[in-house]
Amino acid sequence: MPLSKQEWLALEKKAHELRRLTLDTTYWAGSGHIGGGLSVLDIMTVLYHKYMHIRVDEPQWEDRDRFILSKGHAGIAYAPVLCDLGFNDKEMLKTFNLSGSKMGMHLDSNKVVGVDASTGSLGHGMSIAVGTALAARVLGKGYKTFVVLGDGECDEGSNWEAAMSAAHYKLTNMISFVDRNRCMIDGRTEDVMSLEPFCAKWEAFGFIVKEIDGNNIRELCEAIDFALANETDKPVMIVCNTLKGCGIDFIEDNYLWHYGAFDDEKYEKAIAALEASYAKRVERAEKEGA
Amino acid sequence: MAGGMTYTAIDSTALQTAEIYGKALVELGRAHPEVVALTADLAKSTKIGDFMKEFPDRFFNVGIAEQNMFGVAAGMARAGLVPFLSTFSQFASLRAADQLSTDLCYQNVNAKVIATHSGTSFGQAGSTHHAISDLAVTRSLPNLTVICPADGMETYNAVMAAYNTPGPFYIRINRGFDNTLYKGTDYGFELGKAVTVREGTDLTIIACGSCVFQANQAADFLEKADGLKIRVLDMHTIKPIDREAIVKAVMDTRRIITVEDHNVLGGLGSAVAEVVVESGKGCAFKKLGIQDAFAPIGLHEDIMAYLGIDANGIINAVREVMKADFEQDDDWDDEM
Repeated sequence: MPLSKQEWLALEKKAHELRRLTLDTTYWAGSGHIGGGLSVLDIMTVLYHKYMHIRVDEPQWEDRDRFILSKGHAGIAYAPVLCDLGFNDKEMLKTFNLSGSKMGMHLDSNKVVGVDASTGSLGHGMSIAVGTALAARVLGKGYKTFVVLGDGECDEGSNWEAAMSAAHYKLTNMISFVDRNRCMIDGRTEDVMSLEPFCAKWEAFGFIVKEIDGNNIRELCEAIDFALANETDKPVMIVCNTLKGCGIDFIEDNYLWHYGAFDDEKYEKAIAALEASYAKRVERAEKEGA
Repeated sequence: MAGGMTYTAIDSTALQTAEIYGKALVELGRAHPEVVALTADLAKSTKIGDFMKEFPDRFFNVGIAEQNMFGVAAGMARAGLVPFLSTFSQFASLRAADQLSTDLCYQNVNAKVIATHSGTSFGQAGSTHHAISDLAVTRSLPNLTVICPADGMETYNAVMAAYNTPGPFYIRINRGFDNTLYKGTDYGFELGKAVTVREGTDLTIIACGSCVFQANQAADFLEKADGLKIRVLDMHTIKPIDREAIVKAVMDTRRIITVEDHNVLGGLGSAVAEVVVESGKGCAFKKLGIQDAFAPIGLHEDIMAYLGIDANGIINAVREVMKADFEQDDDWDDEM
């Protein structure tokens, strides 16, 4: 179903709130993976607030759609998503990364309610997603499995083992994303270890690939609609071109902000930057939405 | 014990240990629709072909991709299935170690690793296919129960115990035929409790896997030849280890020899030594196993002889320990 302007604006508002909460969490924690957190946030916002069938009051509902954040270091953005939904107390975000907290930078599925897989070590999420999707088939369940990889993460060979198996088992009940922000800790992905031709690699591994702007709510919705309507026997991979640090202009597209800290001055500046970015996004939605 | 097992030593001589596992898995599959099986291109070698034939929709051969297999199993377990994963011990414990640790153990999922070709049982394949470090690796992974069955009968019991106990399991079994130690499956197998294969007061041999049979042979010989009464413990569960049986052995026999088809660093011997030291009671102690070297190529029985973990090697070690004069230690009686 095409995205209405009203829905688009509501999702923009939610994405903005979650960006602010991610920034705040980073500020409270003293530092965090803010860059990759903000790049992937629109994907999580759209999934959790438009597409996924979940029950906040029944987190382990066996028919729920699954979400696996393979790039587990984006926990600093995932935790706000789950707290905002009500799976966990929002106050917990103030303890993020602190000694004794249930929330560390890579979320533990046995401690943080709503997390479907404990990730952190890279190159694990897609395999777990394949298992979740195969289990749906064995158990005769209709839930979907959504998995998000980082692009730097795709250096790990295990992803490609998982990719082969997703195509081999024709897992159309699994929808994959790569947060293609082109940055990793030590530099730009193409400088550290070339990924291109990236989409062609996924195609060669048996996926239908959609390449979109992953910080554009409408493009995300169109791609997910496409994937959900997929009637072929190939799984869909949505390669999301994103901006590391999306929404805070002075950290955007800068690999040095893979992990960073905000002092009071930078924090205030970041809040202003988020507001400005949000205003532009609302303007675009108003103009392009129907 | 589930399932009303009817296997006996006759099956054990006709079936390889892994074949008994394969049959146990089919039995579980029939009784429990949530049981699924996975392998990484080793369905034939790990003997789970029967399950594949009977339950093709619950059987997954992920190709030569152990890391993926472990992640897939974790996802399945999270969704309510009970996956049994089979590959060679070396690959289960090292190739996929990160997935074993993170996906299975950290998440504490209900998945069961049946690792075949353990120790030097795939002797001719050489060190790339020997698993001499898997007990050290798996023993240090939280939430994981680690079992090294002595023979086919015990493998059956271990597999059933794994199904009946929630959480991740690592069961290491041998390639090919094992000498049969137990006449049937009904000998009182209990998870985390050593089996006293024979009683004795002069020395205790604590062994696991195929070394238990060898230890029993050695004890039998030494009783006849040297008049020694040797206790033999089948320490099938490496973790959680039976501390009580170990401390009792210290107190009762004052001498312990451990025997394992594994590096002496980090395996059964280390696990037993930790308990002995923490008990605060001294005893003569010797670890038999692979002395921190890659093992030679050869038939399993030849490698065991070379390593001194066969009956002859154990006999020599017992005689050596019996000669030690620690009992002259004036403090000993105080300790006791």
